[in-house]
Formats: sequence, structure tokens, C-alpha cells
Amino acid sequence: MIKDITIGQYFPGNSFVHELDARIKILISFLFIITLFFIDSFVPYLFVLGFILLVVKVSDVPIKFIVKGLKPLMYIIVFTFFINVFLTPGTVLFQFGFLKVTEEGLYQAIFMALRLVFLVAGTSILTLTTSPISLTDGIEKLLSPFRKIGVPAHELAMMMTIALRFIPTLLEETDKIMKAQMARGADFESGNIINRGKALVPLLVPLFINAFRRAEELAIAMEARCYRGGDNRTRLNELKIDKKDIVTLVLVIGFFGIIIAMRYI
Amino acid sequence: MENMISINNLDFSYNEEDKGVKVIDNLNISVKKGEFLVILGHNGSGKSTLAKLINGLLTPTSGDILVENMNTKNPEEIWNIREKAGMVFQNPDNQLVATIVEEDVAFGPENLGVPSEEIRKRVDKALELVEMSKYKKHAPHLLSGGQKQRIAIAGILAMEPDCIIFDEPTAMLDPTGRNEVMKTIETLNKKEEKTIVLITHFMDEAVKADRVIVMEKGRIVLEGTPREVFSQVDTIKSLGLDVPQVTELAHELIKEGYDIRPDILTIEELVDAI
Repeated sequence: MIKDITIGQYFPGNSFVHELDARIKILISFLFIITLFFIDSFVPYLFVLGFILLVVKVSDVPIKFIVKGLKPLMYIIVFTFFINVFLTPGTVLFQFGFLKVTEEGLYQAIFMALRLVFLVAGTSILTLTTSPISLTDGIEKLLSPFRKIGVPAHELAMMMTIALRFIPTLLEETDKIMKAQMARGADFESGNIINRGKALVPLLVPLFINAFRRAEELAIAMEARCYRGGDNRTRLNELKIDKKDIVTLVLVIGFFGIIIAMRYI
Repeated sequence: MENMISINNLDFSYNEEDKGVKVIDNLNISVKKGEFLVILGHNGSGKSTLAKLINGLLTPTSGDILVENMNTKNPEEIWNIREKAGMVFQNPDNQLVATIVEEDVAFGPENLGVPSEEIRKRVDKALELVEMSKYKKHAPHLLSGGQKQRIAIAGILAMEPDCIIFDEPTAMLDPTGRNEVMKTIETLNKKEEKTIVLITHFMDEAVKADRVIVMEKGRIVLEGTPREVFSQVDTIKSLGLDVPQVTELAHELIKEGYDIRPDILTIEELVDAI
């Protein structure tokens, strides 16, 4: 059961969005986030919504995948919504006891909730259309100019690759240890929070010990395969930026520019 | 024939101060090009340590190991040694690095700085050799143990080594996986002419070797062709090791007074003899 969790939920395909260079997609996502925080009224949101729908359409990713990505964040979104509704001062619309709902609060709450929804939806398109490998490659390449000031670009990307590789393995192992402990009478599913927390100890200890042993063995295996850091390394699939990537980037920057400009008109 | 690996007067102990406990004790082995050598021994006989020493993952306390005339003590040649003498480990899960099979096979050549088109060729060829081509876009964690181990072998093959050292590659696999891996190792030796050093404690795997070395407490106790080694059933048993089942059966039959050759290794031979 626990094995079925997918992380970095990549939706394979070969649409225009999938084929775009990972670096361009990361940059666009980054600019998208910045643009979102410049927006201060509802009209530009329509443009953002239009943009997201267009990208989703082009990428052939079913809309339900995007919605699924929003689900885990629903609590945070609802929480921010209510915080904003009740805690923004202004003209009171109605009042329950000490809780006041203000006009500004309601406006602010809807505004913030939408911002979060767009933020998650927009960035999940990045992970849905980019394979983990090109994603880490892209991050490595984008960060490499900062190597001079001590940003460990290659190491970060390598850590991400290894983490992604071992998440399913460790989940499987958790499952196995859990079953082994349950067979000896461990109870993970009842009792109060403290008891449940205590029940996790016999699960976490072997899991951590195994993880460290794995790390050690992996390090030796990597060294045996001539791994010596990122210098002079080549790649099986080198990232290539061609004309369509540049055109897309320019068009998107223009579009985001217009959205930001709306704030000042 | 030229030597692939020469081990001369090798001593090794893990603890610098405690020179008394030698894991490897004055060992001399030479492995010829294209040879299929099996090193047998039970836990603690120093066989896995030997594998790491050959690959330069450990350095000898005294004595020398030469891989294609490069000394493992020389830090400048260590990467050339690892390129020439690849190593496959016991646990397939802990030697795969990437999330996609072909990316993992490419890891070695990527580290060596091989150009992209060349990597592509090597990866395809390596996957072909281990018969895993159709899984090249799969995620490694969805494969079986034997398949994962073959991917690990492909990862080493892609570095185009002349020699591959296998450190108990089948210890964690089920019988099916074990057969798959053994078949692959044989193909590599016979068809690709790779020098193979196979470290194992499964006697049946030693039958196909050109030469068998039995180790005990860091020393060689028996050496010879599988026939020569396994005919000494009592010596092997006294070391806490087993001989292949068929050989043992033949041995018991001889004890009961039957007149059969003592060096039987396969079922067919026993059938013929009887």
C-alpha cells in the first residue's frame, strides 16, 4: 500500500510542454511565482487562470492530476482563508461573538486563497511535465554560475537524484519493518498520540540504521564507478536550448510583464 | 599470457595499531587475461576485503596489487584502475544511483567524461549484453532482484572494463535471479572475453570457472581447476564449506565402495559414471 505513493509525480508524455528544456520550464515557474506576488486585483487573475488552462491544455496532462496536487494543500488554503476572514480589520459585515467578518477580510481571504491555488497549480505543471532527471539536471545547470560563490550546484542535484531514487526503496523497507514489528505484536494503529509516537520507535530505529548502511554501500559503489564529483562529468542526455525554447521564454516573459504592469496602470 | 591482476605478498589489516589480526595474510595471486577465477571462502575469510583491495577501495598494508601493471597504491592511477577493473557488489539496491535504468547504466561513463553519443552507444550495448534492453526506461525499484543486479552489471560494462570483480553478486537473490546473473557472467567471460573474478560462497557457481581458489583466514588453502579442488571433499568440508551436491553424492558412493571417478561436477557426469 505504502509503495503506491508517487513522489515527484511525473506524467510522461511528449507534448510541447514536455519537450521544452527543463531550465526554461524552471525559469518560467520561477517568474510565474514572482508575477503572482505582484498581482493586487482580480482582473489579472483571469489572465493567470487563462495561462494555466492554456498550459494544461497544451501539455495533455489531465486536469484531475492538477486537482489531485491541490488536495494535500487544501488544509493550508482553508486555514489561511479563515485567518484572513476573521483577522483583517475593517468594515464589519457580521459578527459571531468575538469573531468579526469584515468586508476587507473577505476580499483578502478570497484573494489569498486564489493566490495559493494558482501557485500550487502552476508549479505542479512543472513537476508533472518534467522527468526527475531533467529537473535535477536543469537545477544543476541553472545553479552552476553560482558555483563561484560557493553554491554546491552539482552536489545538490546529485542529492536530489539519490533521494528520488531511494524514496520508493525506503518506503518499501518501512512497510517491511512495520509488518515485521506487527507480527511481533507491535500496535501502530490505536492509543493516543503519545502511545502511537512511542510505537514508532521500533520502526524508526531499524529504518535509520538501514538507511545509513545503504548510504555507506552506495558511496562505495559510486566510488567504484569512478564518481569523483561534478567536474568533467558528461551526461547521457545533455540539455539543449533551441529556438522554440527561446521563443517560448520571450513570449511568457512578455505576458507576465503585461500582468505585472496592470498593477501600475 | 599476460597478467590482468598480480597480487604480490599482500598483507592487509583493518586496524593500523592491531597488526596482529591480518585479514589478508601474505597472499600471492595472478589472474590471467580472459580467465574466469572463482574465489571461495566462508564469512570472514577475507574474500570481500580482497575484492575491495583489487579495486583500490582499500590500500594494502604491505605488498602490491597491480591491475594491468598499475599499482593500486598510486593515487594518480586509481581512476584508471577502477575503469579497467569494474566491481559489482552484493546488494543490487545499494548500487543503483538513478531513477531510470538507462540513466543508471550511463552513470559510470558520465563520470569518465565520455561524450554523449558514445555514452548512448555504450548504454545500449551494455543493456543488450545483459538482456535488459526492453527495460531501459523503467524505474529500477520496480524490477526483480536478478534484473536489478543485471542492471548493475550493465552499469559496469558501460565503462568498458577488461576485468569485472563480482563480490557475492547472487547472495541476496532468489534462485531464478541467481541463474540469470550466473548466465550473464558466463556470457561476459566466454563471448566478451572479460576477465572475471567471482567471489562467492555458493559452490555450484564455481563449477564453470577456469580456476578456483579457496581462502581461509586471509590465506590460500586450495587452488586448482574446479575438478582438482572439489575432489578433495574432506579438506573442503573441514574448512566449513560445501562441495557441489553431485560431487558430494559421488564422494559418498565411493565411500560405500562404488567405483566412480572422484572429480564429478555435474549431474550428467555422474549419470555417465554410474
